[in-house]
Amino acid sequence: MSQALALCPYLAVFAGRLQLTLQYRAAALAGFATQLWFGVIRVLIFAAFYAGGAAHAPMSLTNAITYTWLGQAFLAFLPWSADPEITEMVRNGAVAYERLRPVDTYAWWYARALAWSVARVLPRAALMVAFAGVAMPLVGLGRWGLAPPSSFAAAGLFAASLVGVVALSAAITQLINVILVATMSDRGANALAGSVVNLFSGMVVPLAFFPDALRPWLRAQPFAGLVDIPFSIYFGALAGWSAIGGIALQFAWAMGLIVLGRWWLGAVMRRLQVQGG
Amino acid sequence: MPQILVEELSKTYRIAERDAGTMGAVKGLFHRRWRQVEALKAVSFGIAQGELVGLIGPNGAGKSTTIKILSGILEPTSGRCEVDGLVPWRQRVKHVARIGVVFGQRTQLWWDLPVIEGFDLLRDIYRVPQDRYVQARDELVALLRLDRVLNQPVRQLSLGQRMRCEIAAALLHEPPLVFLDEPTIGLDAPSKLAVREFIGRINRDRGVTVILTTHDMHDIEALAERVIVIGGGAILADGTFETLRAGVLAERRLFVDFTGEAPALDLPDVTVVNRDGRQLELAFDPRRIAAPALIARIAAAHSVDDIHVEEPLIEEVIARFYDLHGASEG
Repeated sequence: MSQALALCPYLAVFAGRLQLTLQYRAAALAGFATQLWFGVIRVLIFAAFYAGGAAHAPMSLTNAITYTWLGQAFLAFLPWSADPEITEMVRNGAVAYERLRPVDTYAWWYARALAWSVARVLPRAALMVAFAGVAMPLVGLGRWGLAPPSSFAAAGLFAASLVGVVALSAAITQLINVILVATMSDRGANALAGSVVNLFSGMVVPLAFFPDALRPWLRAQPFAGLVDIPFSIYFGALAGWSAIGGIALQFAWAMGLIVLGRWWLGAVMRRLQVQGG
Repeated sequence: MPQILVEELSKTYRIAERDAGTMGAVKGLFHRRWRQVEALKAVSFGIAQGELVGLIGPNGAGKSTTIKILSGILEPTSGRCEVDGLVPWRQRVKHVARIGVVFGQRTQLWWDLPVIEGFDLLRDIYRVPQDRYVQARDELVALLRLDRVLNQPVRQLSLGQRMRCEIAAALLHEPPLVFLDEPTIGLDAPSKLAVREFIGRINRDRGVTVILTTHDMHDIEALAERVIVIGGGAILADGTFETLRAGVLAERRLFVDFTGEAPALDLPDVTVVNRDGRQLELAFDPRRIAAPALIARIAAAHSVDDIHVEEPLIEEVIARFYDLHGASEG
C-alpha cells in the first residue's frame, strides 16, 4: 500500500471537519464581535496603565497593543476545552464506533483537532487583521491598531511559529480529550484546562509582565508556545536564534505531548467500558 | 477451523459502589468499594463462514459484551478469541477493517452531513478503491432503496431511513463478517421487513457471516438458522430455534367457538385458559393428547362453529426459557 493512500483517512477527516466548521459563519461573526469588544477594553487598560507611568514596563505600549490584537485574532487556537464532537460521542456511547475504524485513534482525533482549530481561527483572524491592521490605520487610529511585523524575517518566523501553535494546540486538546474519555465527563478537564491555558500561555497578561524570577520557567513551559512565543517573534522581542529556539521549543513540546497523549489514550482505551446497549 | 473461535472467554467488570445519601458520597471520597461483575463466564462457541446466528438473551445477559469483544472494542479478562486468525483487541486495526458493525441504538453517520458525503468519508476511512466503492454503494442504494435520501443530512431522516443508511454504511467496504446489534429496534413494520429481507439476502447471496442480536423474536424466527441464548454470562442453549421451542414449551392452544354459550369442559390433560362468551381457549400438550383427537372429542359432545390451533407466541417461548434458567433480569 502506498504511503499516500495510508494517509487518506486522516486527510479525509481533516478536510471534512474543516469544511463543516467553516460553514458556521454566524459563530465566526459572533466570535469576532466578542473578541473585538474585549480587544478594545484591553487596549484601553494598557493605555491607562502606560499613561500612569510605566518607565520600566517590559514592553512598549505599541507592542502591548499589537500583542492584544494578535491575541484576539488567534484566540480560537487556545486549547481550553475537549473536542465537542468527542464530548458528544463519549456522552452517547458512539465513541465505540471510533474503535471500529481501521485507523490509529490518536492520529485520527489529532487530525480532527487540527481541522477544528484551524477552521475556527481562519475567519476570525482574517476579520480581526482586516479591522485592527487595515481599517484602523486607514481611519487614523493606527496608533491603537495592530502594527505590521517588525521585519520580513520576523514575518517568516512568525508564520513558522503559527504552525507550531497549531501542532501544540491540537496536542493539548488531545490531552483534554484523553481526560474526557477516562473520566467520561468533560467538566473536570475543561474547567482545569481553561484556567491553566489562559494564565500560562500569556493570554491574560503577557509573560513578560510576570516577576523576573519566574520568567525563565514560564517561557519554558508548554503553554508559552501558544501565545507568548509566537507574538514575541511577531514584534521582534524574540529574534534571530532566540526566535528559532522558541519555535524549536514549541515543536519539542508538541512532539512530547503527542507521545504522551498517544500512550495515554491507548491505556485508557484498553480499559474503556462503553456503557449500556 | 471456524471463522470465529471463542474458548473459555470471560470478562469481569469492576464497578465502584457507594452507600446511598450524602454520608455515602463523603465516605466514597476516602474509601472506594469495588464490586466485581462477571459479564461473561467462560463462554465457548464457534461460528463458520456464511452462518447467520442469532444471539439472544435478556438485558444484561452478556450479549453486548460478547459483541464488543468480538469486534475488538473490549479486551476480555481471560480466554481465547480469534476471528479469521486475528485476535480482535490485539490486532484491532487489521481486524476492524474486515468487519461491519451496526449498533441500532447509536449512529455512526455524521449528523450534519448529507448521507452521500458520510459514505464518501467511510470510503476514505476504509481505503476502498473508487471503482469498488461506487459498485458497492450503488448496489446498497438500490437494495435498501436509499436513492431519495442520499442528499439529505442525516439529522433529517426518519428512524427507518436512518437505520437503512446505517446498514449500508457498515457494508460499504464489503466485510465478510457483520455484527448487527438490534438493527430493527424502534422500526415500523415495513422498515423491519425491509431490513430483515436485506439481512437474509446478503447472507444468502454473498455468504456474509451475520451475527444478529435482537429482542424482536420475529427477527430471529425469520432469519436465524442457529440461535445462541446467553443468560447470566453463560451460554444456555445453542441450536435451531425449533429445538429450543420443543425443549421448553411443547404446549399448544386450541380456540373453540361454540354455537351457544361455552360449556363447562372437563377433559383430562386439558386446561381452560380463558373463557370469553362463546369462545374457550384451551391449553394442551400434544405429546399427551393429539390435536385431531382432542378436536374430535369436543366436536362429538358439543355444537361447534369454529376451531383453530395456535402455537405459543415466540416471545412466550423465550420468556419461559429465561425463567426456567433463572436468567430473567433481576
